[in-house]
Amino acid sequence: MANNSNTIARSFLQVASTEEVAPPLRVVQIEGLVILKIIKHCKEFSPALVTGQLLGLDVGSILEVTNCFPFPIREEDEEIEADGANYQLEMMRCLREVNVDNNTVGWYQSTLLGSFQTVELIETFMNYQENIRRCVCIIYDPSRSNQGVLALKALKLSDAFMELYRSNNFTGEKLRERNLSWVDIFEEIPVKVSNSALISAFMTELEADSPITQCDYDRLQLSTNPFMERNVEFLIECMDELSIEQQKFQFYYRNLSRQQAQQQAWLQKRRSENMARKAAGEEPLPEEDPSNPIFKPIPEPSRLDSFLITNQISNFCNQINGVTGQSFSRLYLMKALQES
Amino acid sequence: MAASEHTALQFTPVLSSSSLLAKVHPLVIFNICDCYVRRPDQAERVIGTLLGSVLPDGTVDIRNSYAVPHNESSDQVALDIDYHHNMLLSHQKVNPKEAIVGWYSTGLGVTGGSALIHEFYSREVPNPIHLTVDTGFRNGEGTIKAYVSVNLSLGDCQLAVQFQEIPVDFRMVEAEQVGFDILKTPMVDKIPSDLEGMEASMQRLLALIDDVHKYVDDVVEGHTASDSSIGRFISETVASLPKLLPSAFDKLVNDNLQDHLLLLYLSSITRTQLSLAEKLNTAAQIL
Repeated sequence: MANNSNTIARSFLQVASTEEVAPPLRVVQIEGLVILKIIKHCKEFSPALVTGQLLGLDVGSILEVTNCFPFPIREEDEEIEADGANYQLEMMRCLREVNVDNNTVGWYQSTLLGSFQTVELIETFMNYQENIRRCVCIIYDPSRSNQGVLALKALKLSDAFMELYRSNNFTGEKLRERNLSWVDIFEEIPVKVSNSALISAFMTELEADSPITQCDYDRLQLSTNPFMERNVEFLIECMDELSIEQQKFQFYYRNLSRQQAQQQAWLQKRRSENMARKAAGEEPLPEEDPSNPIFKPIPEPSRLDSFLITNQISNFCNQINGVTGQSFSRLYLMKALQES
Repeated sequence: MAASEHTALQFTPVLSSSSLLAKVHPLVIFNICDCYVRRPDQAERVIGTLLGSVLPDGTVDIRNSYAVPHNESSDQVALDIDYHHNMLLSHQKVNPKEAIVGWYSTGLGVTGGSALIHEFYSREVPNPIHLTVDTGFRNGEGTIKAYVSVNLSLGDCQLAVQFQEIPVDFRMVEAEQVGFDILKTPMVDKIPSDLEGMEASMQRLLALIDDVHKYVDDVVEGHTASDSSIGRFISETVASLPKLLPSAFDKLVNDNLQDHLLLLYLSSITRTQLSLAEKLNTAAQIL
């Protein structure tokens, strides 16, 4: 009896003083309803990029997304900002009345061929993170879904990166210290899909009897050239941007080394002057001169942009790999068909 | 709202005089089921508005829906009209093309209260569609029916409102694109990747081809009766493979293969370049 109470009961003070450590987010559980809503919204407005809010529950290491609503297209006008906030409040209030989970857990946005890693995304993440402990961003790519793949991803900023971003310090040494490279910026979280029993009953009934679905038609299509072409175009643009960033770094390093050489030269001159002065019995001049422009530290360019570009490029490469893999299978299928 | 004075009749005519057709998108059904699961404990059914558009040929395209809180007792029905208007405005901010096309309720059949609600909706929209979704599975299957109302009047005096059933067409294309496997089961562990999806499609294709093969074998051996229309269809399909010289076809396939290999090589080089660039950027040390 005493043993039981010892192991189970902790004093209230103990419980209140231990801080809750949130278990790390492992899985995002989305309902089929949310997926359909996202698809509908993104497809209707493609190629324009749209966003929306995700609602759900935060349970342990699973983030459940149970509903969502779209945002109207934002115009670049000051007074519409207030409208946007009103719309959000109104929607949340109305959804609360019909017992929908009123808890924001993140947002979703559509993207064009996977070029979504921008500074705005990071800033939006930071904004959300201030209010909500755990938030996630779902990226949906309608153009890739025409190839028959459900291109839905759940992203989160890694904690290490967020700390670094807050201190706004992207110099080389800091990054090396934390061993942070471009892969560590975004973390992709695995996605699970759940459906209520009622809806699965309905869907099972409404499923068409034909053995082949639209999804298969999309996948078995032979012509992927337009998609590949656009992918490669984007890739080329990104490579250009990356080379510009590289040149910036080169410029910086060259300036830095030139400045150091100048500093050394100046220091030598000062030392020799001091020797001469000592010989003449005068006060030695200080060895540093902060007012001299060659001592002004040159700011190091931020690495954030190059990291983001690198992320985008790798995304494109991954996509190309995926599509070429599919095409190989299709081409071999065609070959076999023709031979028989 | 006033107590129910009209009586509601429900007819399921074999021949419907109007050529009205309702197309329902899968999102609507998902919405309705979700609202039903989340309904407050004392409510027996859920009522909501249907949004969509009317196509030029008369069919009604139902694309979206939202639930409206309501109170129902044996002789009275009260609908939260403000909520209905607020939600409508919010939805229209996002998508101005979606307009009210009708309303839905769960549960089989049309009741007296439905007539009043239908009358309310007919003030908003000239010919509203009433959709019933049987979440109770009373007939052993989930029936989804759509009705339009026809006023029965004798001279000037209005007698009753008759709900005529109209055919419903389920446009499941979107659900098919997502994949019924994901939408059917209560829990899917992960979304299939490109190659897994490809594999699934190929398997289905193989199964189809096997079926056709078996059918042709059966007909040839005399096990199954031959059907000339099916036979013509099969021969058309086989003939639709383009007739190319084997050398031309080989060249085509090889060219394509080479293009894809080139792209694969290019992307691998790019990745190597990326890792090199990253090393240069962060590993350089200035003393």
